Amino acid sequence: MRLSGRGVSCARGGRPVFSGLDFEANSGEALAVVGANGSGKTSLLRMIAGLLVLAEGSITIEGGGAELTLPEQAHYLGHRDALKPALSVIENLSFWRDFLGGERSDVSETLATVGLGHAALLPAAYLSAGQKRRLSIARLLTVNRPIWLLDEPGSALDAAGASMFAGMMNDHLARGGLIVAATHGPLGITARELRIGGRT
Amino acid sequence: MTALAALMGRDIRIALRVGGGALIGVLFFLTVVVLMPFAVGPDLALLTRLGPAILWLGALLASLLTLDRLFMADHDDGSLDLIVMGRTPLELACAAKALAHWLAAGLPLVIATPLLGLLLNLDAIATSAVALTLLAGTPALTFTGMIGAALAVTLHRSGLLLAVLVLPLSIPVLIFGVAASQAAIDGSSFGAPFSILCALSLVGLVIGPVAAAASLRHGLD
Repeated sequence: MRLSGRGVSCARGGRPVFSGLDFEANSGEALAVVGANGSGKTSLLRMIAGLLVLAEGSITIEGGGAELTLPEQAHYLGHRDALKPALSVIENLSFWRDFLGGERSDVSETLATVGLGHAALLPAAYLSAGQKRRLSIARLLTVNRPIWLLDEPGSALDAAGASMFAGMMNDHLARGGLIVAATHGPLGITARELRIGGRT
Repeated sequence: MTALAALMGRDIRIALRVGGGALIGVLFFLTVVVLMPFAVGPDLALLTRLGPAILWLGALLASLLTLDRLFMADHDDGSLDLIVMGRTPLELACAAKALAHWLAAGLPLVIATPLLGLLLNLDAIATSAVALTLLAGTPALTFTGMIGAALAVTLHRSGLLLAVLVLPLSIPVLIFGVAASQAAIDGSSFGAPFSILCALSLVGLVIGPVAAAASLRHGLD
């Protein structure tokens, strides 16, 4: 599977953000998108996820599910955690498993993996920022998607959480997955750097 | 199917929990109808004549009141991004959300109608006629209103804008809903306005999800 972008340009509110960006990532490879604040890292991820229209250029996927579009094969872990405060931790995760078509894997086991086993019945409203992030990460494990689009995945995670997540990303890459992550800090995995914007 | 059932189950569960807003519509409906006899005065004959219109107006306003939450909550917490990216067609997901919204916020209005009919001096036939027309007509309000909800999803405090946007679409529903109720009470032809009301609901059921999905796709930022 190969994800490639050719001459990708981004414009927000009529102003150009970046233009002529080429990138390529193969199965088992991670791409770390770096750049200053406002350089368009999140926009690039959202364009790959099909949530933002490209101003110019194209993003294509070769290989993978022939019947599926690129967004349908991708996980998007954004700034917002996509959690409902009124639902419990386990209800939140079970919903995304059912909606995104995850395998009937054991949800509580996944919660234990991300260190939320003890909080399964707690409403998500009471989780800390780091715990919310862990719960979103649990979504990546529950539903199989070959492409992971991660926007600042390490934010709010403690040191143990960050190394746990680095282990998960390595497992995902070892299984032939593909990761595009926007980041300021170190990801904790070997990744090729994709710099947006001239200066940092 | 699992995906749609999960989406509906989640939305209904959230609506029924604390702060979910399923009861807001019913309470507003109750407020409007309870206040009306005090405003109109103790003329029982007048109340009976105005009853169906008051109930329909209350139900219409109550369903507009809660509609802005339909997509906004999902937009604000990022769930909408994942729903758009998912393998379930967005049109079906929109339809499932609207149906869940109707079950949680529209159906209680119909259930509350017999009780509120008592306050307006409506007899059993009139009350059941209004309840029946509301049952047939409120889906049209929800499914056409969802177009406005999808258009206004990125705007905060869009409740009033939404009401103005969907006003032209809700006027026919109000006209035929009240007409059918009045017809049942006078004993004139009930079938014609009621059929048109059902037709409006069916048209909304088809057009609403498609239009809402299209505007959600274009409105994402």
